[in-house]
Amino acid sequence: MDVHRLSVRELRAAFEERQLSAEEICQALLTRIERLEPHLHAFIRVTAEEALEQARDIDRRRAAGEQLGALAAVPIAVKDNICTRGVLTTCGSKILQNHRPIYDATVCRRLRQAGAVLIGKTNMDEFAMGSSTENSAFGPTRNPWSLECVPGGSSGGSAAAVAAEMVPAALGSDTGGSIRQPGALCGVPALKPTYGRVSRYGLVAFASSLDQIGPFGKTVEDLALVLDVIAGHDACDSTSSDVPAEHALDGLEGGVEGIRIGVPREYFSSELDPEVGRSVEEAVKLLESLGARARSVSMPNTRFSVPTYYLVATAEASSNLARYDGVRYGVRAQDHRDLRSMYHKTRSQGFGSEVKRRIMLGTYSLSSGYYDAYYLQAMKSRSLIRRDFEEAFREVDVLATPTTPCPAFRLGEKLKRPLEMYLLDIYTATINLAGVPAVSLPCGWSKQGLPLGVQLIGSHFQEPVLLRVARTYEKARRFREERHALPLENKA
Amino acid sequence: MKITPEEARHIAALAYLDFSDQEYEALATHLSDILDYVEMLRELDTSNVSPTSHLLESGEAFRDDVGRPSLSETEALANAPERGGDHFKVPKIIG
Repeated sequence: MDVHRLSVRELRAAFEERQLSAEEICQALLTRIERLEPHLHAFIRVTAEEALEQARDIDRRRAAGEQLGALAAVPIAVKDNICTRGVLTTCGSKILQNHRPIYDATVCRRLRQAGAVLIGKTNMDEFAMGSSTENSAFGPTRNPWSLECVPGGSSGGSAAAVAAEMVPAALGSDTGGSIRQPGALCGVPALKPTYGRVSRYGLVAFASSLDQIGPFGKTVEDLALVLDVIAGHDACDSTSSDVPAEHALDGLEGGVEGIRIGVPREYFSSELDPEVGRSVEEAVKLLESLGARARSVSMPNTRFSVPTYYLVATAEASSNLARYDGVRYGVRAQDHRDLRSMYHKTRSQGFGSEVKRRIMLGTYSLSSGYYDAYYLQAMKSRSLIRRDFEEAFREVDVLATPTTPCPAFRLGEKLKRPLEMYLLDIYTATINLAGVPAVSLPCGWSKQGLPLGVQLIGSHFQEPVLLRVARTYEKARRFREERHALPLENKA
Repeated sequence: MKITPEEARHIAALAYLDFSDQEYEALATHLSDILDYVEMLRELDTSNVSPTSHLLESGEAFRDDVGRPSLSETEALANAPERGGDHFKVPKIIG
Protein backbone atom coordinates (compact mmCIF):
# COMPACT_ATOMS: atom_id res chain seq x y z
CA MET A 1 0.00 0.00 0.00
CA ASP A 2 1.27 3.49 -0.90
CA VAL A 3 0.67 5.03 2.50
CA HIS A 4 1.68 8.53 1.35
CA ARG A 5 -1.12 8.51 -1.20
CA LEU A 6 -3.86 8.25 1.42
CA SER A 7 -6.00 11.10 2.70
CA VAL A 8 -6.74 11.65 6.37
CA ARG A 9 -10.05 9.81 6.08
CA GLU A 10 -8.43 6.91 4.21
CA LEU A 11 -5.62 6.66 6.76
CA ARG A 12 -8.20 6.61 9.54
CA ALA A 13 -10.06 3.79 7.80
CA ALA A 14 -6.88 1.76 7.25
CA PHE A 15 -5.96 2.23 10.90
CA GLU A 16 -9.42 1.34 12.15
CA GLU A 17 -9.58 -1.78 10.00
CA ARG A 18 -6.13 -2.72 11.31
CA GLN A 19 -4.53 -2.73 7.87
CA LEU A 20 -1.96 -0.27 9.20
CA SER A 21 -0.64 0.58 12.64
CA ALA A 22 0.04 4.16 13.67
CA GLU A 23 3.74 3.35 13.71
CA GLU A 24 3.66 1.95 10.16
CA ILE A 25 1.86 5.07 8.92
CA CYS A 26 4.33 7.36 10.68
CA GLN A 27 7.35 5.40 9.46
CA ALA A 28 6.12 5.37 5.86
CA LEU A 29 5.68 9.13 5.84
CA LEU A 30 9.03 9.72 7.56
CA THR A 31 10.66 7.69 4.79
CA ARG A 32 8.86 9.77 2.17
CA ILE A 33 9.94 12.99 3.92
CA GLU A 34 13.54 11.80 4.11
CA ARG A 35 13.54 11.20 0.37
CA LEU A 36 11.91 14.44 -0.79
CA GLU A 37 12.96 16.93 1.87
CA PRO A 38 16.48 17.58 0.45
CA HIS A 39 14.82 18.86 -2.75
CA LEU A 40 11.96 20.82 -1.20
CA HIS A 41 12.97 22.03 2.26
CA ALA A 42 9.35 22.06 3.40
CA PHE A 43 10.32 21.59 7.05
CA ILE A 44 12.38 23.57 9.51
CA ARG A 45 12.44 20.54 11.77
CA VAL A 46 11.20 16.97 11.39
CA THR A 47 10.51 15.53 14.83
CA ALA A 48 10.94 11.89 13.83
CA GLU A 49 11.64 10.44 17.28
CA GLU A 50 8.83 12.31 19.02
CA ALA A 51 6.44 11.38 16.20
CA LEU A 52 7.29 7.67 16.35
CA GLU A 53 6.85 7.75 20.10
CA GLN A 54 3.39 9.34 19.75
CA ALA A 55 2.49 6.76 17.10
CA ARG A 56 3.57 3.84 19.30
CA ASP A 57 1.57 5.32 22.14
CA ILE A 58 -1.53 5.40 19.89
CA ASP A 59 -0.93 1.75 18.98
CA ARG A 60 -0.55 0.82 22.67
CA ARG A 61 -3.73 2.66 23.56
CA ARG A 62 -5.62 0.90 20.80
CA ALA A 63 -4.30 -2.46 21.97
CA ALA A 64 -5.57 -1.58 25.45
CA GLY A 65 -9.03 -1.03 24.00
CA GLU A 66 -9.09 2.73 24.51
CA GLN A 67 -11.53 4.90 22.60
CA LEU A 68 -9.38 7.01 20.24
CA GLY A 69 -10.08 10.42 18.71
CA ALA A 70 -11.08 11.56 15.22
CA LEU A 71 -7.48 11.89 14.00
CA ALA A 72 -5.95 8.84 15.70
CA ALA A 73 -2.72 7.76 13.92
CA VAL A 74 -2.84 10.63 11.41
CA PRO A 75 0.50 12.44 10.98
CA ILE A 76 0.10 16.20 10.74
CA ALA A 77 2.69 18.92 10.13
CA VAL A 78 2.44 22.28 11.88
CA LYS A 79 3.71 25.67 10.72
CA ASP A 80 6.66 26.85 12.77
CA ASN A 81 4.83 29.84 14.25
CA ILE A 82 2.50 27.53 16.20
CA CYS A 83 3.88 26.66 19.63
CA THR A 84 4.73 23.03 20.31
CA ARG A 85 5.73 22.26 23.86
CA GLY A 86 9.44 21.48 24.14
CA VAL A 87 9.92 21.52 20.36
CA LEU A 88 11.73 24.49 18.77
CA THR A 89 9.30 27.04 17.34
CA THR A 90 11.30 29.59 15.35
CA CYS A 91 8.79 31.49 13.19
CA GLY A 92 11.41 31.22 10.46
CA SER A 93 13.46 33.81 12.36
CA LYS A 94 16.98 33.94 13.74
CA ILE A 95 15.67 35.84 16.73
CA LEU A 96 13.68 32.76 17.84
CA GLN A 97 16.09 30.07 16.63
CA ASN A 98 16.51 28.73 20.19
CA HIS A 99 12.90 29.19 21.30
CA ARG A 100 11.42 26.10 22.94
CA PRO A 101 7.82 26.87 23.96
CA ILE A 102 6.80 25.88 27.46
CA TYR A 103 3.26 25.13 26.34
CA ASP A 104 1.31 23.74 23.39
CA ALA A 105 -0.85 26.03 21.27
CA THR A 106 -4.53 25.17 21.77
CA VAL A 107 -4.68 23.75 18.23
CA CYS A 108 -1.77 21.39 19.00
CA ARG A 109 -3.35 20.33 22.27
CA ARG A 110 -6.59 19.56 20.42
CA LEU A 111 -4.76 17.68 17.65
CA ARG A 112 -2.95 15.53 20.22
CA GLN A 113 -6.19 14.87 22.11
CA ALA A 114 -7.74 13.71 18.83
CA GLY A 115 -4.84 11.26 18.41
CA ALA A 116 -2.94 13.09 15.67
CA VAL A 117 0.82 12.53 15.41
CA LEU A 118 2.75 15.81 15.14
CA ILE A 119 5.50 15.00 12.67
CA GLY A 120 7.35 18.29 12.25
CA LYS A 121 7.43 22.05 11.95
CA THR A 122 7.10 23.56 8.50
CA ASN A 123 9.04 26.35 6.86
CA MET A 124 7.60 29.83 6.53
CA ASP A 125 8.37 33.44 5.73
CA GLU A 126 9.85 35.01 8.84
CA PHE A 127 7.01 35.89 11.25
CA ALA A 128 4.60 34.97 8.43
CA MET A 129 5.58 38.10 6.50
CA GLY A 130 5.86 37.23 2.85
CA SER A 131 4.15 35.52 -0.07
CA SER A 132 6.88 33.14 -1.22
CA THR A 133 8.59 31.51 1.82
CA GLU A 134 11.80 33.12 0.58
CA ASN A 135 11.92 35.28 3.73
CA SER A 136 12.70 32.29 5.97
CA ALA A 137 15.97 32.71 7.88
CA PHE A 138 16.55 28.99 7.23
CA GLY A 139 16.38 29.05 3.43
CA PRO A 140 13.48 28.89 0.97
CA THR A 141 11.03 26.08 0.27
CA ARG A 142 10.53 24.96 -3.32
CA ASN A 143 7.33 24.24 -5.18
CA PRO A 144 6.93 20.46 -5.63
CA TRP A 145 5.45 21.01 -9.11
CA SER A 146 8.47 23.03 -10.27
CA LEU A 147 11.61 23.28 -8.19
CA GLU A 148 12.54 26.64 -9.77
CA CYS A 149 9.32 28.14 -8.44
CA VAL A 150 8.24 29.32 -5.01
CA PRO A 151 5.49 27.46 -3.15
CA GLY A 152 3.80 30.74 -2.18
CA GLY A 153 3.73 31.92 1.39
CA SER A 154 3.87 32.51 4.12
CA SER A 155 2.75 28.93 4.94
CA GLY A 156 4.77 27.60 1.97
CA GLY A 157 6.27 24.70 3.91
CA SER A 158 2.86 23.35 4.95
CA ALA A 159 1.49 23.68 1.40
CA ALA A 160 4.53 22.02 -0.17
CA ALA A 161 4.52 19.19 2.40
CA VAL A 162 0.89 18.32 1.58
CA ALA A 163 1.37 18.80 -2.19
CA ALA A 164 4.35 16.42 -2.12
CA GLU A 165 2.35 13.92 -0.04
CA MET A 166 4.84 14.06 2.82
CA VAL A 167 1.85 14.48 5.14
CA PRO A 168 -1.88 14.11 4.52
CA ALA A 169 -2.65 17.41 6.26
CA ALA A 170 -0.92 20.40 7.82
CA LEU A 171 -1.74 23.56 9.73
CA GLY A 172 -0.84 27.03 8.56
CA SER A 173 -1.75 30.56 9.54
CA ASP A 174 -3.37 33.19 7.35
CA THR A 175 -3.13 36.94 7.93
CA GLY A 176 -3.61 38.21 4.37
CA GLY A 177 -3.66 35.00 2.33
CA SER A 178 -0.86 32.94 3.86
CA ILE A 179 -2.86 29.69 3.80
CA ARG A 180 -4.90 30.14 0.62
CA GLN A 181 -2.19 31.62 -1.62
CA PRO A 182 0.36 28.78 -1.10
CA GLY A 183 -2.58 26.35 -1.29
CA ALA A 184 -3.35 27.71 -4.76
CA LEU A 185 0.28 27.79 -5.89
CA CYS A 186 0.90 24.20 -4.73
CA GLY A 187 -2.46 22.81 -5.88
CA VAL A 188 -3.88 21.76 -2.50
CA PRO A 189 -7.18 22.58 -0.77
CA ALA A 190 -6.58 25.14 1.97
CA LEU A 191 -8.94 26.81 4.43
CA LYS A 192 -8.85 30.06 6.36
CA PRO A 193 -11.68 29.80 8.88
CA THR A 194 -13.79 32.71 10.18
CA TYR A 195 -11.84 35.04 12.49
CA GLY A 196 -12.51 33.72 15.99
CA ARG A 197 -13.46 30.19 14.89
CA VAL A 198 -10.09 28.68 15.83
CA SER A 199 -8.15 29.69 18.94
CA ARG A 200 -5.00 31.72 18.33
CA TYR A 201 -3.56 30.81 21.74
CA GLY A 202 0.01 29.74 21.05
CA LEU A 203 0.10 31.18 17.53
CA VAL A 204 2.95 33.69 17.51
CA ALA A 205 1.16 36.96 16.78
CA PHE A 206 1.74 38.87 13.53
CA ALA A 207 -1.43 40.99 13.16
CA SER A 208 -3.85 39.97 15.88
CA SER A 209 -7.05 41.27 14.28
CA LEU A 210 -6.33 39.33 11.05
CA ASP A 211 -4.43 36.14 12.02
CA GLN A 212 -6.26 32.82 11.87
CA ILE A 213 -5.05 29.20 11.92
CA GLY A 214 -6.39 26.76 9.34
CA PRO A 215 -5.73 23.42 7.62
CA PHE A 216 -4.26 22.21 4.32
CA GLY A 217 -5.41 18.80 3.11
CA LYS A 218 -5.73 16.56 0.07
CA THR A 219 -9.52 16.85 0.09
CA VAL A 220 -12.19 19.23 1.36
CA GLU A 221 -13.43 16.37 3.51
CA ASP A 222 -10.08 16.34 5.29
CA LEU A 223 -10.23 20.12 5.79
CA ALA A 224 -13.61 19.62 7.50
CA LEU A 225 -12.27 16.76 9.62
CA VAL A 226 -9.32 18.80 10.87
CA LEU A 227 -11.41 21.97 11.30
CA ASP A 228 -13.92 20.12 13.47
CA VAL A 229 -11.06 19.08 15.77
CA ILE A 230 -9.37 22.49 16.11
CA ALA A 231 -12.44 24.81 16.06
CA GLY A 232 -14.32 26.12 19.06
CA HIS A 233 -14.18 28.56 21.92
CA ASP A 234 -11.04 28.71 24.05
CA ALA A 235 -10.86 30.59 27.33
CA CYS A 236 -7.17 31.27 26.61
CA ASP A 237 -8.02 33.43 23.55
CA SER A 238 -10.40 36.28 24.33
CA THR A 239 -11.05 36.78 20.60
CA SER A 240 -12.12 33.18 20.06
CA SER A 241 -15.85 33.10 19.43
CA ASP A 242 -18.41 31.44 21.66
CA VAL A 243 -20.74 30.92 18.68
CA PRO A 244 -21.07 27.12 18.86
CA ALA A 245 -18.91 25.41 16.23
CA GLU A 246 -21.27 23.53 13.96
CA HIS A 247 -19.69 20.34 12.62
CA ALA A 248 -18.64 20.99 9.04
CA LEU A 249 -18.31 17.29 8.27
CA ASP A 250 -21.97 16.44 8.87
CA GLY A 251 -23.62 18.21 5.91
CA LEU A 252 -20.66 17.96 3.58
CA GLU A 253 -22.29 15.77 0.92
CA GLY A 254 -25.46 17.87 0.66
CA GLY A 255 -24.77 19.25 -2.84
CA VAL A 256 -25.29 22.78 -4.19
CA GLU A 257 -28.89 22.71 -5.41
CA GLY A 258 -30.24 26.26 -5.03
CA ILE A 259 -26.97 27.66 -3.65
CA ARG A 260 -26.46 31.26 -4.79
CA ILE A 261 -22.94 32.03 -5.96
CA GLY A 262 -21.76 35.60 -6.41
CA VAL A 263 -18.93 36.44 -8.79
CA PRO A 264 -17.53 39.86 -7.83
CA ARG A 265 -16.61 41.81 -10.97
CA GLU A 266 -13.79 43.67 -9.20
CA TYR A 267 -11.81 40.44 -8.73
CA PHE A 268 -11.44 39.99 -12.48
CA SER A 269 -9.30 43.06 -12.94
CA SER A 270 -6.46 43.78 -15.37
CA GLU A 271 -3.87 42.27 -12.97
CA LEU A 272 -5.43 38.84 -13.41
CA ASP A 273 -3.59 36.27 -15.52
CA PRO A 274 -6.09 35.15 -18.23
CA GLU A 275 -5.37 31.46 -17.56
CA VAL A 276 -6.37 31.88 -13.91
CA GLY A 277 -9.45 33.87 -14.88
CA ARG A 278 -10.63 31.23 -17.34
CA SER A 279 -10.21 28.35 -14.91
CA VAL A 280 -12.20 30.22 -12.23
CA GLU A 281 -14.99 30.90 -14.75
CA GLU A 282 -15.02 27.19 -15.61
CA ALA A 283 -15.27 26.33 -11.92
CA VAL A 284 -18.34 28.55 -11.56
CA LYS A 285 -19.89 26.94 -14.67
CA LEU A 286 -19.29 23.49 -13.23
CA LEU A 287 -21.04 24.48 -9.99
CA GLU A 288 -23.94 25.88 -12.03
CA SER A 289 -24.25 22.59 -13.89
CA LEU A 290 -24.61 20.91 -10.49
CA GLY A 291 -27.55 23.08 -9.44
CA ALA A 292 -26.03 26.31 -8.11
CA ARG A 293 -27.16 29.69 -9.41
CA ALA A 294 -24.40 32.15 -10.27
CA ARG A 295 -24.69 35.90 -10.65
CA SER A 296 -22.37 38.84 -10.97
CA VAL A 297 -22.04 41.08 -7.89
CA SER A 298 -20.15 44.27 -7.19
CA MET A 299 -17.79 44.89 -4.28
CA PRO A 300 -16.68 48.44 -5.03
CA ASN A 301 -14.08 48.79 -2.27
CA THR A 302 -12.02 45.77 -3.31
CA ARG A 303 -9.19 47.85 -4.78
CA PHE A 304 -8.60 49.45 -1.39
CA SER A 305 -7.90 46.13 0.26
CA VAL A 306 -4.14 45.86 -0.27
CA PRO A 307 -3.34 49.39 0.98
CA THR A 308 -5.74 48.91 3.91
CA TYR A 309 -4.25 45.52 4.69
CA TYR A 310 -0.63 46.70 4.62
CA LEU A 311 -1.38 49.61 6.96
CA VAL A 312 -3.42 47.57 9.45
CA ALA A 313 -1.15 44.51 9.39
CA THR A 314 2.13 46.43 9.73
CA ALA A 315 0.76 48.66 12.50
CA GLU A 316 -0.29 45.61 14.50
CA ALA A 317 2.99 43.87 13.70
CA SER A 318 5.11 46.80 14.88
CA SER A 319 3.32 46.58 18.20
CA ASN A 320 3.29 42.76 18.46
CA LEU A 321 6.98 42.44 17.57
CA ALA A 322 8.02 44.95 20.23
CA ARG A 323 8.20 41.95 22.58
CA TYR A 324 11.38 40.66 20.90
CA ASP A 325 13.88 42.53 22.99
CA GLY A 326 16.30 39.84 24.09
CA VAL A 327 15.05 39.74 27.69
CA ARG A 328 12.60 36.88 28.19
CA TYR A 329 13.22 34.58 25.24
CA GLY A 330 14.97 34.43 21.92
CA VAL A 331 18.51 35.28 20.96
CA ARG A 332 20.23 38.23 22.69
CA ALA A 333 22.98 40.14 20.88
CA GLN A 334 26.24 39.94 22.75
CA ASP A 335 28.24 43.04 21.89
CA HIS A 336 26.14 45.63 23.73
CA ARG A 337 27.19 48.55 25.93
CA ASP A 338 23.98 49.07 27.89
CA LEU A 339 20.32 48.07 27.96
CA ARG A 340 19.31 50.36 25.12
CA SER A 341 22.05 49.14 22.81
CA MET A 342 21.20 45.54 23.77
CA TYR A 343 17.63 46.13 22.52
CA HIS A 344 18.82 47.76 19.31
CA LYS A 345 21.45 45.17 18.48
CA THR A 346 19.24 42.22 19.40
CA ARG A 347 16.44 43.39 17.11
CA SER A 348 18.66 44.59 14.28
CA GLN A 349 20.65 41.35 14.16
CA GLY A 350 17.72 39.05 14.89
CA PHE A 351 15.12 40.24 12.39
CA GLY A 352 15.39 39.82 8.62
CA SER A 353 14.96 42.67 6.17
CA GLU A 354 11.26 42.20 5.30
CA VAL A 355 10.29 42.03 8.98
CA LYS A 356 12.26 45.20 9.69
CA ARG A 357 10.69 46.94 6.69
CA ARG A 358 7.20 46.13 8.00
CA ILE A 359 8.03 47.20 11.55
CA MET A 360 9.26 50.49 10.07
CA LEU A 361 6.07 51.01 8.03
CA GLY A 362 3.87 50.15 11.01
CA THR A 363 5.82 52.39 13.35
CA TYR A 364 5.55 55.24 10.86
CA SER A 365 1.78 54.93 10.37
CA LEU A 366 1.21 54.83 14.13
CA SER A 367 3.57 57.70 14.88
CA SER A 368 2.49 61.12 16.03
CA GLY A 369 1.27 63.27 13.14
CA TYR A 370 0.59 60.38 10.76
CA TYR A 371 -1.86 58.23 12.73
CA ASP A 372 -5.04 59.88 11.38
CA ALA A 373 -3.90 59.96 7.78
CA TYR A 374 -2.75 56.36 7.64
CA TYR A 375 -3.77 53.96 10.41
CA LEU A 376 -7.12 55.55 11.29
CA GLN A 377 -8.05 55.97 7.62
CA ALA A 378 -7.17 52.28 7.05
CA MET A 379 -9.40 51.16 9.92
CA LYS A 380 -12.24 53.17 8.39
CA SER A 381 -11.60 51.79 4.96
CA ARG A 382 -11.71 48.37 6.60
CA SER A 383 -15.27 49.12 7.69
CA LEU A 384 -16.21 49.89 4.08
CA ILE A 385 -14.64 46.63 2.89
CA ARG A 386 -16.61 44.70 5.53
CA ARG A 387 -19.76 46.44 4.39
CA ASP A 388 -19.14 45.19 0.82
CA PHE A 389 -19.20 41.63 2.17
CA GLU A 390 -22.26 42.18 4.34
CA GLU A 391 -24.15 43.52 1.34
CA ALA A 392 -22.99 40.74 -0.98
CA PHE A 393 -24.00 38.05 1.52
CA ARG A 394 -27.53 39.43 1.65
CA GLU A 395 -27.89 38.24 -1.94
CA VAL A 396 -25.63 35.20 -2.23
CA ASP A 397 -24.42 32.28 -0.09
CA VAL A 398 -20.89 31.99 -1.41
CA LEU A 399 -18.55 34.17 -3.48
CA ALA A 400 -16.21 32.71 -6.12
CA THR A 401 -12.99 34.50 -7.09
CA PRO A 402 -9.42 33.69 -8.13
CA THR A 403 -7.13 32.99 -5.15
CA THR A 404 -4.10 34.65 -6.71
CA PRO A 405 -3.53 36.89 -9.74
CA CYS A 406 -0.96 34.47 -11.22
CA PRO A 407 0.45 30.94 -10.81
CA ALA A 408 3.71 30.23 -8.95
CA PHE A 409 6.63 32.47 -9.94
CA ARG A 410 10.37 31.81 -9.95
CA LEU A 411 12.51 32.14 -6.85
CA GLY A 412 14.02 35.62 -6.62
CA GLU A 413 11.64 37.08 -9.22
CA LYS A 414 9.79 39.42 -6.85
CA LEU A 415 12.18 39.71 -3.92
CA LYS A 416 13.69 43.04 -4.95
CA ARG A 417 10.34 44.76 -5.37
CA PRO A 418 8.36 44.57 -2.12
CA LEU A 419 5.30 46.34 -3.50
CA GLU A 420 4.98 43.82 -6.32
CA MET A 421 5.08 41.01 -3.75
CA TYR A 422 2.41 42.79 -1.67
CA LEU A 423 0.08 42.98 -4.68
CA LEU A 424 -0.06 39.17 -4.76
CA ASP A 425 -2.43 39.44 -1.78
CA ILE A 426 -4.95 41.42 -3.80
CA TYR A 427 -7.66 38.71 -3.80
CA THR A 428 -6.98 37.23 -0.37
CA ALA A 429 -6.35 40.15 2.03
CA THR A 430 -9.92 41.48 1.71
CA ILE A 431 -11.17 38.29 3.33
CA ASN A 432 -9.02 38.76 6.46
CA LEU A 433 -10.09 42.39 6.73
CA ALA A 434 -13.73 41.25 6.76
CA GLY A 435 -13.01 38.21 8.96
CA VAL A 436 -15.01 35.80 6.79
CA PRO A 437 -13.97 32.21 5.96
CA ALA A 438 -12.51 31.25 2.57
CA VAL A 439 -11.12 28.14 0.95
CA SER A 440 -8.76 27.81 -2.01
CA LEU A 441 -9.21 24.77 -4.25
CA PRO A 442 -7.13 23.55 -7.16
CA CYS A 443 -9.09 24.23 -10.37
CA GLY A 444 -6.68 23.63 -13.23
CA TRP A 445 -3.14 23.76 -14.57
CA SER A 446 -1.26 26.52 -16.36
CA LYS A 447 0.45 25.79 -19.71
CA GLN A 448 3.71 25.54 -17.73
CA GLY A 449 2.21 22.77 -15.62
CA LEU A 450 1.61 24.85 -12.48
CA PRO A 451 -1.54 24.58 -10.37
CA LEU A 452 -4.24 27.25 -10.49
CA GLY A 453 -6.64 28.05 -7.65
CA VAL A 454 -10.23 29.16 -7.18
CA GLN A 455 -11.25 30.86 -3.94
CA LEU A 456 -14.67 30.31 -2.43
CA ILE A 457 -15.70 32.75 0.30
CA GLY A 458 -18.45 32.24 2.87
CA SER A 459 -20.25 34.43 5.36
CA HIS A 460 -19.16 34.62 9.04
CA PHE A 461 -19.28 31.19 10.72
CA GLN A 462 -20.81 29.60 7.61
CA GLU A 463 -17.98 27.07 7.16
CA PRO A 464 -20.49 24.20 6.79
CA VAL A 465 -22.12 25.79 3.70
CA LEU A 466 -18.77 26.95 2.31
CA LEU A 467 -17.20 23.51 2.65
CA ARG A 468 -20.29 21.79 1.24
CA VAL A 469 -19.99 23.88 -1.94
CA ALA A 470 -16.23 23.23 -2.02
CA ARG A 471 -16.75 19.48 -1.54
CA THR A 472 -19.32 19.35 -4.35
CA TYR A 473 -16.92 21.14 -6.68
CA GLU A 474 -13.98 18.92 -5.74
CA LYS A 475 -15.93 15.73 -6.39
CA ALA A 476 -17.09 16.92 -9.80
CA ARG A 477 -13.74 18.39 -10.80
CA ARG A 478 -11.89 15.19 -9.85
CA PHE A 479 -8.63 17.05 -9.31
CA ARG A 480 -7.23 14.46 -6.94
CA GLU A 481 -8.12 11.55 -9.23
CA GLU A 482 -6.32 13.30 -12.09
CA ARG A 483 -3.18 13.91 -10.06
CA HIS A 484 -0.01 13.12 -11.98
CA ALA A 485 3.43 12.30 -10.60
CA LEU A 486 5.63 15.09 -9.29
CA PRO A 487 8.64 15.98 -11.48
CA LEU A 488 10.73 14.71 -8.54
CA GLU A 489 9.07 11.31 -8.63
CA ASN A 490 9.65 10.93 -12.36
CA LYS A 491 13.37 11.51 -11.84
CA ALA A 492 13.66 8.84 -9.15
CA MET B 1 4.67 60.92 0.43
CA LYS B 2 8.45 61.00 0.33
CA ILE B 3 10.40 59.57 3.22
CA THR B 4 13.97 60.88 3.53
CA PRO B 5 16.82 58.75 4.90
CA GLU B 6 16.79 61.09 7.94
CA GLU B 7 13.12 60.34 8.57
CA ALA B 8 13.85 56.64 8.18
CA ARG B 9 16.51 57.10 10.86
CA HIS B 10 13.95 58.69 13.19
CA ILE B 11 11.42 55.87 12.66
CA ALA B 12 14.15 53.29 13.26
CA ALA B 13 14.97 54.92 16.59
CA LEU B 14 11.29 54.67 17.60
CA ALA B 15 11.30 50.97 16.68
CA TYR B 16 14.66 50.21 18.37
CA LEU B 17 16.28 49.25 15.08
CA ASP B 18 19.61 50.22 13.50
CA PHE B 19 20.57 50.15 9.83
CA SER B 20 23.61 51.06 7.76
CA ASP B 21 23.63 54.31 5.74
CA GLN B 22 23.07 52.31 2.59
CA GLU B 23 20.11 50.53 4.16
CA TYR B 24 18.54 53.83 5.21
CA GLU B 25 18.69 54.95 1.57
CA ALA B 26 17.01 51.76 0.36
CA LEU B 27 14.41 51.84 3.14
CA ALA B 28 13.54 55.45 2.34
CA THR B 29 12.87 54.45 -1.27
CA HIS B 30 10.85 51.33 -0.39
CA LEU B 31 8.77 53.12 2.24
CA SER B 32 8.12 56.04 -0.11
CA ASP B 33 6.91 53.64 -2.81
CA ILE B 34 4.57 51.91 -0.40
CA LEU B 35 3.25 55.18 1.03
CA ASP B 36 2.64 56.52 -2.49
CA TYR B 37 0.61 53.42 -3.17
CA VAL B 38 -1.48 53.61 0.01
CA GLU B 39 -2.25 57.27 -0.78
CA MET B 40 -5.24 55.95 -2.73
CA LEU B 41 -7.08 55.52 0.58
CA ARG B 42 -7.47 59.32 0.64
CA GLU B 43 -9.96 58.97 -2.22
CA LEU B 44 -12.41 57.33 0.17
CA ASP B 45 -14.95 59.52 1.90
CA THR B 46 -14.86 58.16 5.43
CA SER B 47 -16.38 61.16 7.21
CA ASN B 48 -19.35 59.11 8.42
CA VAL B 49 -17.54 55.79 8.82
CA SER B 50 -16.44 54.44 12.15
CA PRO B 51 -13.16 52.50 12.29
CA THR B 52 -13.06 48.70 12.63
CA SER B 53 -10.76 47.73 15.45
CA HIS B 54 -12.53 44.51 16.49
CA LEU B 55 -14.22 42.03 14.22
CA LEU B 56 -16.40 40.29 16.75
CA GLU B 57 -19.32 42.09 18.24
CA SER B 58 -19.61 39.83 21.26
CA GLY B 59 -18.06 42.50 23.48
CA GLU B 60 -15.55 42.00 26.23
CA ALA B 61 -14.58 38.48 27.17
CA PHE B 62 -14.55 38.30 30.93
CA ARG B 63 -13.89 35.21 32.95
CA ASP B 64 -14.58 34.55 36.61
CA ASP B 65 -11.96 36.03 38.85
CA VAL B 66 -10.66 32.78 40.26
CA GLY B 67 -7.08 31.75 40.71
CA ARG B 68 -5.62 29.20 38.29
CA PRO B 69 -2.29 27.46 38.27
CA SER B 70 0.29 29.57 36.47
CA LEU B 71 3.82 29.03 35.21
CA SER B 72 6.48 27.95 37.64
CA GLU B 73 9.64 30.06 37.89
CA THR B 74 11.61 27.34 36.14
CA GLU B 75 9.18 27.32 33.20
CA ALA B 76 8.94 31.09 32.96
CA LEU B 77 12.73 31.38 32.89
CA ALA B 78 13.32 28.39 30.62
CA ASN B 79 13.96 30.53 27.52
CA ALA B 80 15.72 33.45 29.21
CA PRO B 81 18.88 34.48 27.34
CA GLU B 82 20.43 35.35 30.70
CA ARG B 83 19.19 34.78 34.20
CA GLY B 84 20.30 35.66 37.68
CA GLY B 85 18.73 33.43 40.29
CA ASP B 86 14.97 33.61 39.81
CA HIS B 87 15.11 36.68 37.61
CA PHE B 88 15.64 37.73 34.03
CA LYS B 89 19.01 39.41 33.88
CA VAL B 90 19.54 42.57 31.78
CA PRO B 91 22.52 44.92 31.35
CA LYS B 92 22.93 47.55 34.03
CA ILE B 93 20.30 50.31 33.75
CA ILE B 94 21.32 52.79 36.47
CA GLY B 95 25.01 53.66 36.57
